[in-house]
Amino acid sequence: MATIFTRPKSIADVPFSYCPGCTHGIIHRLVAESIDELGIEGNTVGVCPVGCAVMAYDYFNCDMIQSPHGRAQALATGIKRAIPESVVFTYQGDGDLAAIGTAETVHAATRGENITVIFVNNAIYGMTGGQMAPTSLSGQVTQTTPYGRDTAIAGHPVRVCEMLATLEGVALAQRVTVESLRTVTAAKQAIKKAFTYQLEGKGYSIIEVLSICPTNWGLSTEKSLQWLRDNMIPYYPLGVFKDKYAKEGAK
Amino acid sequence: MAEKIIMKGNEALAEAAISAGCRHFFGYPITPQTEVAAHMAKRLPQIGGTFLQAESEIAAINMVLGAAAAGVRAMTSSSSPGVSLKSEGISYLAGCDLPCLIVNVQRGGPGLGGIQPAQSDYFHATRSTGHGDFHILVFAPATVQEMADLVAGAFSLADKYRMPAMVLADGMLGQMMEPVVLPEGDSNPPPPKPWAVNGHKNIRSHNIINSLYLEPNDLERTVVERYARYEEVKRTEQQAEEYLCSDAEIFLVSYGATSRIVKSAVVKARAEGIKAGLIRPITLFPFPDAYIDKYVGQAKVFLSVEMSMGQMIDDIRLAVNGRKPVAFFGRTGGVLPTPDEVLGKIREIAGGVK
Repeated sequence: MATIFTRPKSIADVPFSYCPGCTHGIIHRLVAESIDELGIEGNTVGVCPVGCAVMAYDYFNCDMIQSPHGRAQALATGIKRAIPESVVFTYQGDGDLAAIGTAETVHAATRGENITVIFVNNAIYGMTGGQMAPTSLSGQVTQTTPYGRDTAIAGHPVRVCEMLATLEGVALAQRVTVESLRTVTAAKQAIKKAFTYQLEGKGYSIIEVLSICPTNWGLSTEKSLQWLRDNMIPYYPLGVFKDKYAKEGAK
Repeated sequence: MAEKIIMKGNEALAEAAISAGCRHFFGYPITPQTEVAAHMAKRLPQIGGTFLQAESEIAAINMVLGAAAAGVRAMTSSSSPGVSLKSEGISYLAGCDLPCLIVNVQRGGPGLGGIQPAQSDYFHATRSTGHGDFHILVFAPATVQEMADLVAGAFSLADKYRMPAMVLADGMLGQMMEPVVLPEGDSNPPPPKPWAVNGHKNIRSHNIINSLYLEPNDLERTVVERYARYEEVKRTEQQAEEYLCSDAEIFLVSYGATSRIVKSAVVKARAEGIKAGLIRPITLFPFPDAYIDKYVGQAKVFLSVEMSMGQMIDDIRLAVNGRKPVAFFGRTGGVLPTPDEVLGKIREIAGGVK
């Protein structure tokens, strides 16, 4: 019998620690499929964040390192500068990348560091139990915004791709999601493109993936996906915000 | 024999790091360590190395973390307030068992403090340079020559014991110019690093570098294993200079730039017939307690002289363990003690012990 669907080679055969319904598993798979298809597992070093994906070092079969909170892109810079022929990716959540790690993110981007950044935006701190993230929406109820995020007090949610797209060093800044088969397919193409850009030495790529957190949103998976469509996508529009190497008219 | 040249301590240290095989420097500007970074910025591109000015001390130490994890000799340098910022990364480096070199050209503190020489980061360097149960190797040069000479050993022992190493200098050593013979070539090639995350090349299983252990017994086991290594370090790696110790009764203990001032005071005291001697720790972790122990029988008193309010004195007290009195003299905030001030303290003590 022909095998038509199997575990990507670069994903380890171990139980994941993610909650039921979480989309981290899908995003891991897309990263792993890209690594497999490009045949780069042996040269790849992945950098895990602090947050829900902290233990991703056990889930990918390439070499892995776990970073201090927010510092993944500085750490990735050190690896890439030490071994320029390696393929280095970071896998970070919204708190890690857009709050505590904002400086490291902006400066890795503006240096045009030749790395691939997978940014999982689920508008909440998952690991610590559902606090306000830099990307939590206006009015969003979280553990630390029990009356809803009041932008007069807590400020406004950060649009990371739009912000980074203004920087000269960024080769690719694209926002995708994984809320349907169609968007998963598009997300896969974007992630693979980001790795391809790194292999071609084109510089910094960030793929922001709008994701869900059923546990901390307090919604079923199905309702979470709908919440994402209704609330996140209007504020965080999908699309390519910068592609330095886009072919004329192909954007 | 290499020629003797005049160099600033910071530059001598930087050049020695290159000789020791370091090709990756990540830093952030701060006085009074500026010349380390400036020298690296000039030299590393000439020899295919990486000099990168990071956006912060925090980013710089995490770049070191990444480069060290990838298996190369990497370093950063800073001064006191900047080293505070590096504490997080140093804790992770220790927790990940990664070798690297951190240079602290100390200035006065706390807070922004001042920019003049101080030794008030002794606690930070030797007690805990970050959160958690760990130590780092700490070397204390006292001359520009030692700013160069201690670097290769620091890298080498960091590699051997898989732990971060620090050169704890001060603004005086960093800024002063002295004749120095630079080390020639790479006398300490790095050992193989089979644990590095540098791509498994499909010939080994994947390496993981990590400091997270959610199971307390696992975490305890890693810390206990690390402390067994620290015990070996304490047994085998202590370094100190003994000066006029053989017949001494008053033992001054002083490190770094201060020890040179103390040496002058000891010479003056000897001229007055006071039997003073100096034990100069060269390693601060491991603290050379064997040298204290060696002389504790003949000593009447120990006198710690520091550019701080008294930090190393705790280690001297621990080594003396109540067997003899331990006195203190210090200036802080960037103020250098004078030989006559130290001599005054020696006379006072000599009067008391006669």
